[in-house]
Amino acid sequence: MPRKPVAKFVVDHLQVLDEKGQVDAKLDPGLPGERLLEMYRWMRLARELDERMLKLQRQGRLGTFPPNTGHEAVSVPIAMAMGPKDWFVGAFRETGGRLVRGEPLTSPLHYYNGWEEGNLLPDPALRITPISVVIGCQIPQAAGLAFASRYQGEDAVAVAFIGDGGTSEGDFHEGLNFAAVWKAPVVYVVQNNQWAISVPRAAQTSSRTLAQKALGFDIPCLQVDGNDALAVWVAIHEALDHARSGKGPYLIEAVTYRLMMHTTADDPKKYRDEAEEKRAWEKEPLIRFRAYLGARGLWDEERDRALAAEVKDQVDGAVRAFEAPHDRADDIAFEHVYGTDHPHLHEQRAEFLANVRFDGGKEADHG
Amino acid sequence: MAKLTMVQAINLALAEEMERDRSVLVLGEDVGRDGGVFRVTDGLLEKFGRDRVLDTPLAESAILGASIGMAMAGLRPVCEMQFCGFSYLMMGQYEAHATRMRARTQGQFTLPLVVRMPYGGGVRALEHHSESREAIWAHLPGAKVVLPSGPRNARALMAAAIRDPDPVVFMEPKHSYRAFREEVPDEPEVLPIGKCQVAQPGTDLTLVSWGAMMRPTLKAAAEVTEKRGASIEIIDVLSIAPLDAGAICESVRRTGRCVVVQEAPRSFGPSSEITAQINDRAFLYLEAPVARVTGYDVVTPYFGREKHYIPSAGRVARAIEETLDF
Repeated sequence: MPRKPVAKFVVDHLQVLDEKGQVDAKLDPGLPGERLLEMYRWMRLARELDERMLKLQRQGRLGTFPPNTGHEAVSVPIAMAMGPKDWFVGAFRETGGRLVRGEPLTSPLHYYNGWEEGNLLPDPALRITPISVVIGCQIPQAAGLAFASRYQGEDAVAVAFIGDGGTSEGDFHEGLNFAAVWKAPVVYVVQNNQWAISVPRAAQTSSRTLAQKALGFDIPCLQVDGNDALAVWVAIHEALDHARSGKGPYLIEAVTYRLMMHTTADDPKKYRDEAEEKRAWEKEPLIRFRAYLGARGLWDEERDRALAAEVKDQVDGAVRAFEAPHDRADDIAFEHVYGTDHPHLHEQRAEFLANVRFDGGKEADHG
Repeated sequence: MAKLTMVQAINLALAEEMERDRSVLVLGEDVGRDGGVFRVTDGLLEKFGRDRVLDTPLAESAILGASIGMAMAGLRPVCEMQFCGFSYLMMGQYEAHATRMRARTQGQFTLPLVVRMPYGGGVRALEHHSESREAIWAHLPGAKVVLPSGPRNARALMAAAIRDPDPVVFMEPKHSYRAFREEVPDEPEVLPIGKCQVAQPGTDLTLVSWGAMMRPTLKAAAEVTEKRGASIEIIDVLSIAPLDAGAICESVRRTGRCVVVQEAPRSFGPSSEITAQINDRAFLYLEAPVARVTGYDVVTPYFGREKHYIPSAGRVARAIEETLDF
């Protein structure tokens, strides 16, 4: 018997808007001006919030957080393309998308300053899952969410995010496999920002692309320029259509760059070349999108100044609301251990409250 | 009334709950066509179809992870870990999400799911198939850990676990799967989770156990009663988490003596916690130190050597007598 190929795979790369903001006219999705402006506005708002959070953190007014700067063109167009019943299953670098889906600006501020209130949604029907700090867990969860949506007769899709480092986790592979076997309506988005804390993409995996990891499960995939909001817009529509039509999962690798530190607790100077960062800044997503808007006649200096002032006001307002005095109960952890009532928790809660009084209501002394 | 084995009783509860509530579904390795390696899910695929009885790929973390997603979206998945020895692969999902989702979201997202797993020794099984590791799951706040001891309470606790609003780890003593039959009523029964049961009232000593150890425990109590007419109160713990410490300590305050029997290694297990609770709540009523009959702090031996590691009725009877005579 001759040897013959039994399967062949190809991975496409898509870019619509290049680094200079030049659009490939054949690939341009031709979004109406209003939609483009909306997209740009969300990206600028996410950037403004991120930059403010960094300042607050450096001033000791916010805890450790993972900056999102440079990732705006991935989650913002995706969140805008999703339907109201779709599940937004985030990791932790999708602040822009979370805002689009309806999370208040104050939520990341509360969350990253150590308050569980940052996880509260205005309405759980928004279907934004909480931030998944442990890497990869959300991937099989998204398969379950998608399975459940189909089982319940909805045509909702679960869109789950993960980073380049996350593709090394067992849960990534297990979850993709489950989704594929179930033909579950899921879109997986790998934000390949080249760095998992200090480990570069090349040391993370020897795969030539991260998109191709989907091929092991016969999941169709597409690699896109993740700094190109239009390419992401095209890709997510293709992916959502695929998933919603019953063909199963789809994977998008969005190639971007982590322009900032992993979290505010680390210093990239220790492990990466500043020249590399400098080159990456030249490719960042907002500059090219603004150039595109200009070329479409939708943008000028005056509009830019107005938008800068508008998003600043919005973030100012959120910071004021976040820093206003809050009446936060100390014993909230006892409230939500179980959905049923158990005496040992009443006893421990009483003991806890007595201890709070014993400590004089001040910061307890832990040596 | 029918006389059922524990395997049949759990199967009955699964079928009853799936019949009652379309949001209940079953998933795991070999749970469908094969009916589970112990046949606990036998016949469910034929009755409820492939949408509700899912033969999953071999991946314990994704079995729980996908169940978490299903539960967030409003379903009530009952997933199976084929053996407790394989269950540790789900620990990341369990600790990071299953136990925390309610607290993390202040009740906006909850996880009404059940993780079933056979546990314990005595069936001449391979390595990793004979451990009793309930303490691992019970240590993490936010989930419940239930261990039935017989067909009737297994059926009633499974119904409770499926209807519960929180994740429940349901540990099935495989030594008791087919060891005996029990009358199980025709009508569905539901036992409260977080409550122990008095298996036999008594006044001289409180004997506490759960799961597979209830068999040697009951036998030992009968022997000592027969031999010297002692009145022994036997408590079947049923829920390790939350633990019904109040009821156990109330019994110890009446009897003044207590023996705890556990299959698991001695240190950091439920018997340690029960002893500590008695210290907190019943110390001044004690006539003797709390005695423990347990496994040892060693790696569970292969089945060729297991019989001397698992507490026997004889060891339990000796501990009862020593505690009565103290």
